[in-house]
Amino acid sequence: MKVLVTVKEVAEVDDEFRISGLDIDEGSLEYDLNEWDDYAVEEAVQLSEADETDDVEVVTVTVGPERAEETVRMALAKGADRAVRVWDDALAETQFLDLDAKAELLAAIAEEEEPDLVLSGVQAADDTNGATGVALAERLGVEWAAVVNAMELDADAGVASVRRELEGGVEELTDVELPAVLTIQTGINEPRYASLRGIRQAQRKPLEVYDLDDVGLDESVVDSPVERTDMYEPESEGNATVWEGSPEDTAESLAEFLRDEGVVDA
Amino acid sequence: MSVLAVAEHRRGDLRDVSLELITAGRRLADATGGDLDVVVVGGDVDAFADRLDREGVDTVYTVDEGEEFNHEVYADAVEQLHAELEPTALVAPNSVNGLDYVPAVAERLDVPLITDVIDFEAGDGIEVTREQYGGKVETAYDVDADQYAVTIRPAEYPKAEASGDATVEAFDADVADDLGTTVNGFEEVGGGDVDITEADVLVSVGRGIEEEDNIPLIEELADTLGATLSSSRPIVDNGWLPKNRQVGQSGKVVTPDVYIAVGISGAVQHVAGMKGADTIVAINSDPSAPIYDIADYGIVDDLFEVVPELIEAFGGEAPDV
Ligand SMILES: Cc1cc2nc3c(=O)[nH]c(=O)nc-3n(C[C@H](O)[C@H](O)[C@H](O)COP(=O)(O)OP(=O)(O)OC[C@H]3O[C@@H](n4cnc5c(N)ncnc54)[C@H](O)[C@@H]3O)c2cc1C
Repeated sequence: MKVLVTVKEVAEVDDEFRISGLDIDEGSLEYDLNEWDDYAVEEAVQLSEADETDDVEVVTVTVGPERAEETVRMALAKGADRAVRVWDDALAETQFLDLDAKAELLAAIAEEEEPDLVLSGVQAADDTNGATGVALAERLGVEWAAVVNAMELDADAGVASVRRELEGGVEELTDVELPAVLTIQTGINEPRYASLRGIRQAQRKPLEVYDLDDVGLDESVVDSPVERTDMYEPESEGNATVWEGSPEDTAESLAEFLRDEGVVDA
Repeated sequence: MSVLAVAEHRRGDLRDVSLELITAGRRLADATGGDLDVVVVGGDVDAFADRLDREGVDTVYTVDEGEEFNHEVYADAVEQLHAELEPTALVAPNSVNGLDYVPAVAERLDVPLITDVIDFEAGDGIEVTREQYGGKVETAYDVDADQYAVTIRPAEYPKAEASGDATVEAFDADVADDLGTTVNGFEEVGGGDVDITEADVLVSVGRGIEEEDNIPLIEELADTLGATLSSSRPIVDNGWLPKNRQVGQSGKVVTPDVYIAVGISGAVQHVAGMKGADTIVAINSDPSAPIYDIADYGIVDDLFEVVPELIEAFGGEAPDV
């Protein structure tokens, strides 16, 4: 069985940051493996480890620049078997990749790899579209389930029994026929830390890099009717009273407030 | 232009977001004086249609297929109705179920999709506002297309209240009968000894606490204040506190007199569970954290410095963490 995991390197914004043009200034960004994808990788690796016949291959796919290889190696160090990264000058030059472009790029790889199961994160922490996994499934013409926080696989029957986490503490119990794309929610497992041994091994695991031509696409993949026109810090809607001073002072201001409110009598 | 909005219901109840979509959808349709149609798929469609008949709705289409949400049924029905009505805008909730079928429908219809929209301006196409990077910035996008789809963030628009005089029409969708996805049931999770929804004062801990070993610091604060301990999601995901302590979209909705958020950024899914608190106090070292948009009081400082002082201010003793 083959499990394909979509892995994104996401940008995290420093507390103090600058916007330059239509994006956060590069100097205010740090990069990391998307939190949701971390859970997806773990889920795939656990499937592989639980399989006694040692017959589960875990492949990660990333759309991203060379910098993203650090993140990809992290996924390999955690137990993925090999990795694919797609990038191209045409992708680097575009303002941002819209949903359609991401789905098309990932689908090109998935069609090549023909996985039985694709695991995606529910969303990417930086642009929180929350739509790529399902769009990918539709493009591939396979089944899917969004926001999965528990799954059990019956590979022989070709069914994944999943729990979809709905709002308000309600879970939906659903059977999904394979092949399928599942978008994985945080908390589904306990993502491991990469071991030193894993990190060493990851250096030797295959990481293939493809450009658009390699995956049978051309520059038109970035064409989009959607254009970003602005990015700004929102005007704070609230008017929070911020207590100033040393920790002792601010704690005392809060204590006074809590006494006044009658929260504590002392 | 015309607008087609897709209602959402679950286990017999129309969800509030359906009525919010009517407000948003009407606003969108008004921009050009077009129709707003609403479709409801599955369940007691006639009863739902009654409730969806709000001022500004032209036609409510009912698709009497199945009881509960199934994304294949929704995708088929919405795709077919869309083909018939050819609306400019397809509007759906940015909910867990919305995100389970709208991306597929948008792919099939080959229309651009923008999710989690918090504001928009319609003209030629549409300009939408969304949040990015954990709510630290907002971005505007111009969608230059004759037809497009948007999912609207819940609780951003008021519910449409006034009743209307919409036509109700059954729509006969041709739904695949061999469904590859079967919904077998539901389960409520997160019960247990403590009911955080009953608390008058909540001290809530977030990822700023860094490690499980530091949780006792916040526990001690809650004890000192006679408050109940709750948390954001990552704390529960990590197994540091049980699920019944989680505040937010997928946890509990709480409305205490005072909510003290310690090391919580204020992500939309968290805020969905606590914005109804009377007074919100935030302790967060990041002045640009979105929690400050809804906080009444704030301390922009290191929680590891502030919390021990606070415990001591009430004569308690802060544990060493
Ligand atoms: C479908 C779905 C459902 C979800 N449901 C929920 C839900 O029910 N509840 C929920 O909470 N989340 C939910 N989330 C997750 C949500 O998107 C956020 O990831 C989460 O709320 C972040 O938790 P946090 O604020 O504790 O962590 P972070 O966002 O990491 O914030 C930590 C904060 O701590 C501050 N901090 C760090 N160190 C210190 C320090 N020393 N002193 C003071 N401050 C410090 C930082 O400035 C930061 O603002 C859901 C997400 C999805 C996609």
